[in-house]
Amino acid sequence: MPPVPIADDLFTWPDDEPRLIGGRCGECGAYAFPLRTGCPRCGATAVERTLLERSGTLWTWTSQGFLPKAPFNGQFASADPFEPWFVGVVELPGQLRVESILVGCPEDGPAIGMPMRLVTMPFRTDEDGREIVTFAFTPDESSPDEGDLPVSPRTPGEADHA
Amino acid sequence: MPDVAIIGTGIHRFGRFPGKPALSIAAEAARDALADAGLTWADMQFAVGGSYEVDQPDAVVAELGLTGVQFTNVYNGCATAGSALALARQTIGQGEHEIGLILGVDKHDPGAFTAEPEDYACPPWYGEMGLFLTPKFFGMKINRYMHDHGITHETLAAVAEKNYRNGALNPNAHRRTPLPAEKILGARMVNYPLTQYMFCSPNEGAAALVVCSADVAHRYTDKPVYLRSVATRTRRYGAFEVHTPSASVAADHVPAPTVDAARAAFEAAGVDPADVAIAQLQDTDAGAEVIHLAEVGLCADGEQNELIASGATEIGGRLPVNTDGGLIANGEPVGASGLRQVRELVLQMRGRAGERQVPGEPRVGVAQLYGAPGVAAVSVLST
Ligand SMILES: [Zn+2]
Repeated sequence: MPPVPIADDLFTWPDDEPRLIGGRCGECGAYAFPLRTGCPRCGATAVERTLLERSGTLWTWTSQGFLPKAPFNGQFASADPFEPWFVGVVELPGQLRVESILVGCPEDGPAIGMPMRLVTMPFRTDEDGREIVTFAFTPDESSPDEGDLPVSPRTPGEADHA
Repeated sequence: MPDVAIIGTGIHRFGRFPGKPALSIAAEAARDALADAGLTWADMQFAVGGSYEVDQPDAVVAELGLTGVQFTNVYNGCATAGSALALARQTIGQGEHEIGLILGVDKHDPGAFTAEPEDYACPPWYGEMGLFLTPKFFGMKINRYMHDHGITHETLAAVAEKNYRNGALNPNAHRRTPLPAEKILGARMVNYPLTQYMFCSPNEGAAALVVCSADVAHRYTDKPVYLRSVATRTRRYGAFEVHTPSASVAADHVPAPTVDAARAAFEAAGVDPADVAIAQLQDTDAGAEVIHLAEVGLCADGEQNELIASGATEIGGRLPVNTDGGLIANGEPVGASGLRQVRELVLQMRGRAGERQVPGEPRVGVAQLYGAPGVAAVSVLST
């Protein structure tokens, strides 16, 4: 059985270079993600389907240090023992800051300003044995930028989340 | 609008009370506030109740007495108390009633709040992916703020350490054990850079206020504290907020709802933020207290390292913050949390805060609330 996206019309699929599917307001030009009927800026309903930029930079991030309760249903990380993962906000130039799971980051965390690009990843296996895939952002090694380092040094206790 | 006076405050200790119904907790706080005002439930011409878990806080009349009183229930997330105060202010200001009770109560299960993503205008996949969580938002917000303004991990730890220390002086706090900064920094990482001991937790408790028209306040007390203004605001387009799958980059530097609410509240009160002598801020986590200091207008972005290290926000400092331990030491029963803040301001401004009394009886105080999906309330009080 071929893998199935976590939701319809969320990202291009199947696609080796996936893009998130958003909206653009026909009245004011504002971008929106996910695609919904009303424009978050002006309230117009003339929102058109549009593909968002694939690459951007990391605007902020955190670690997910505990297993979320339902409705979380991911199986991409070990629950026992629990393995933390990273989440963040990626700025797509000229468009949007998008929240996402982050994959492929250094063990002690990514750095604000890092170039990132969109990928898809196995998320869980559903009741019918189908593989469900979702989107994530990962550090973009093809980009020449290094990204700026965190302002403050890490303190010893923070190694706990790794 | 004529001012409203707060003439009585009450509380049921915040914590965990297995087997004790929420409405029994609420009734105790109501009785405490009435006794403080020297009044009875039958004297109340109206009441406002706020709760997340209790559908109808007005059911408390079964314990307080079925007097037929006008009783309105409000819910506005973490800003519920702000909306309850605003309704009471309007009720008195419009001359509908002269004296009434504001009551907030909650009884939450342990752990992070859960809800249906679609009820917060978020798609189901946002919840399935584990993104529909408030703690990770607070981690991301303070991480960016640290990057932009040089706030240190030590500053975060100092805020939590202060709030546990203040909680130890507060007989009604949930957590009353002081914790050293090293232990806070070294604790389990929940959402980087926030450790387990930098977060508040949802719990149980109730708080209540007796309010009346300022014109008649001196009938009841020689030390009324006046509610000068209340403002609530929601997020604007482009703001980075809780439960937001995406935000615009075109509208950068959009003020957070707390900034808008604080400006409106100070303007309506005719008070300058520089005159504030005591503050109760929403410290959902240690980073939130740091950010809210600036969002309320009590300092500039980036000044917090020095301000906090200098002891300015301690009980004996020039701008004491969360003198009762804040949410970090008290926990957050959502419906009651903001009334606890106002009660603490009133106690301090009346010189009745006991062991944690700030010197010199502050004359101007501010209380601030913030929560999902981007709602804030700010109240300004003065003697
Ligand atoms: Zn528009």
